[in-house]
Amino acid sequence: MSEQNKNSDNAVVSPERRRFISAATATAAGLTIAPGVMLYEVAHGRPEEQAASSAVRWGMMVDATKCATGCDDCVTACNTENGLTPVAESAHPRQAPQWIRKLELQDPLTQMETNLPMMCQHCAEPPCVDVCPTGASFKRADGLVLVNRHTCIGCRYCMMACPYKARSLVHESLNDTQKPDVPRGIGCVESCTFCVQKIDRGDGTTACVEACTASGHNALVFGDMNDPESEISKKLRELPTKQVRADLNLNLGVRYHGI
Amino acid sequence: MAVKLKQLLALGVVVLTTAALAWAGSDAQPKAKGAPQPVITKAVKGEQCVEPTEFMRRNHMDVLDGHRDKTVIEGIRTKKYSLKECINCHASEKTGSVAAAKDDFCISCHSYASVKIDCFECHSTKPKGSIAMHPLNAETAHLKHKLAANTRTTVSAEDMAGVAK
Ligand code: HEC
Ligand code: HEC
Ligand code: HEC
Repeated sequence: MSEQNKNSDNAVVSPERRRFISAATATAAGLTIAPGVMLYEVAHGRPEEQAASSAVRWGMMVDATKCATGCDDCVTACNTENGLTPVAESAHPRQAPQWIRKLELQDPLTQMETNLPMMCQHCAEPPCVDVCPTGASFKRADGLVLVNRHTCIGCRYCMMACPYKARSLVHESLNDTQKPDVPRGIGCVESCTFCVQKIDRGDGTTACVEACTASGHNALVFGDMNDPESEISKKLRELPTKQVRADLNLNLGVRYHGI
Repeated sequence: MAVKLKQLLALGVVVLTTAALAWAGSDAQPKAKGAPQPVITKAVKGEQCVEPTEFMRRNHMDVLDGHRDKTVIEGIRTKKYSLKECINCHASEKTGSVAAAKDDFCISCHSYASVKIDCFECHSTKPKGSIAMHPLNAETAHLKHKLAANTRTTVSAEDMAGVAK
């Protein structure tokens, strides 16, 4: 707020401000002209000056029965969206950051195979947040578990604490290869953000989910678990789902069907 | 002892006179003559900064510091103090970046003042898409600014001293 006040003695209306006002008018007009369209927008996006709210809890449902063997479209999409080097192309594959990875499991008794993607489970009670000495590991109001890279010291306690091996440390300088929307860099821990840049833009979905849908597998559903009318809430009501390591009582934001 | 004092006094007088002469003579000369000065490339876009230039020169770091917490922790995505927006306007037309060459906007001043920032270890130094293709740019960059983008202004040593405070 104080930042705004500093500007108040500057009477000049900047082009920025004029642009903002006209954009705001356009949005208001949009509301009345096309109520259906805007309602959808309001449900998924929020105005840029509005903070994330705990009225929303973002979550994902993975239908492992639809997750295809050998398909890693979700991983590729994540790498592309977030500017990660694919593990296979990395000079040091064993320490290459991974935000989402494909697992192929086999029941030793029955030989049944299960495919699923594993990533940050966006716990409601995240152990990574509990152990972080600087408060850099945090849970945003809308349920995203994130790393504030501005205060992360790279100690990697959170990586130890995570039961899902979901976090990576960036070991090497990225030399300005990052995406403008996704800053990331050496010496910091990182993990799946549920594509926070897309959520805050109002896309209402993540890159991996888009890719899975585009490939026709439809194994991933993303949405607001607090909204009873959202696709994910309906799916969760319909299908039996499990939380991985449910015994830990972490109340996960990612739920699996068919495991 | 007395001799030593006299010598010292004489030396002092000489030094002061030379300095005064030099100062008087340099009136019409550029300030801090001979000393290197930071190059400040004109912003490619926009007529003015998000705050008055004077204010930005001294306070840009505070503005960025406040905004980054609001964005990362709370999810507030206003554009005004966003680092991405600084880069959209201030990236050089030559390198397409704010920090690729030594004369680029976020480099020149800082190396002059011996300031090291780590922001670009993580943040891209380039705007999203090419500068020419940026939608805001197409709308705001009049020819005048395109031309002005290649002109450079230098900041006086006094101005820099002010900033460094
Ligand atoms: C270790 C990596 C890292 C470093 C170093 C870093 N940032 Fe960030 N910064 C991030 C990440 C990650 C975000 C969150 C991006 C998002 O959610 O869109 C961010 C977001 C921001 C934002 C809000 C988004 C925007 O573009 O306006 C600002 C402002 C910001 N950083 C400023 C800075 C400044 C200034 C510095 C240098 C003093 C800096 N950052 C250094 C990683 C970093
Ligand atoms: C709309 C485009 C625009 C944006 C966005 C913008 N600037 Fe500027 N900025 C300018 C222009 C134009 C000037 C030069 C104004 C002048 O010459 O008086 C300027 C001047 C400055 C100066 C002073 C340079 C000098 O002459 O000493 C600093 C420092 C600065 N900007 C930093 C920033 C930072 C940091 C941000 C992001 C928070 C930012 N700017 C965002 C257009 C922009
Ligand atoms: C007009 C010259 C000038 C320009 C242009 C400029 N800076 Fe600075 N900046 C300074 C000076 C001088 C300081 C040190 C101030 C101090 O130490 O009190 C500084 C300090 C900073 C700091 C704080 C560093 C620290 O260690 O506390 C950040 C962050 C920063 N600048 C970011 C930027 C970014 C990003 C840009 C490009 C958009 C930019 N600056 C462009 C002169 C400039």
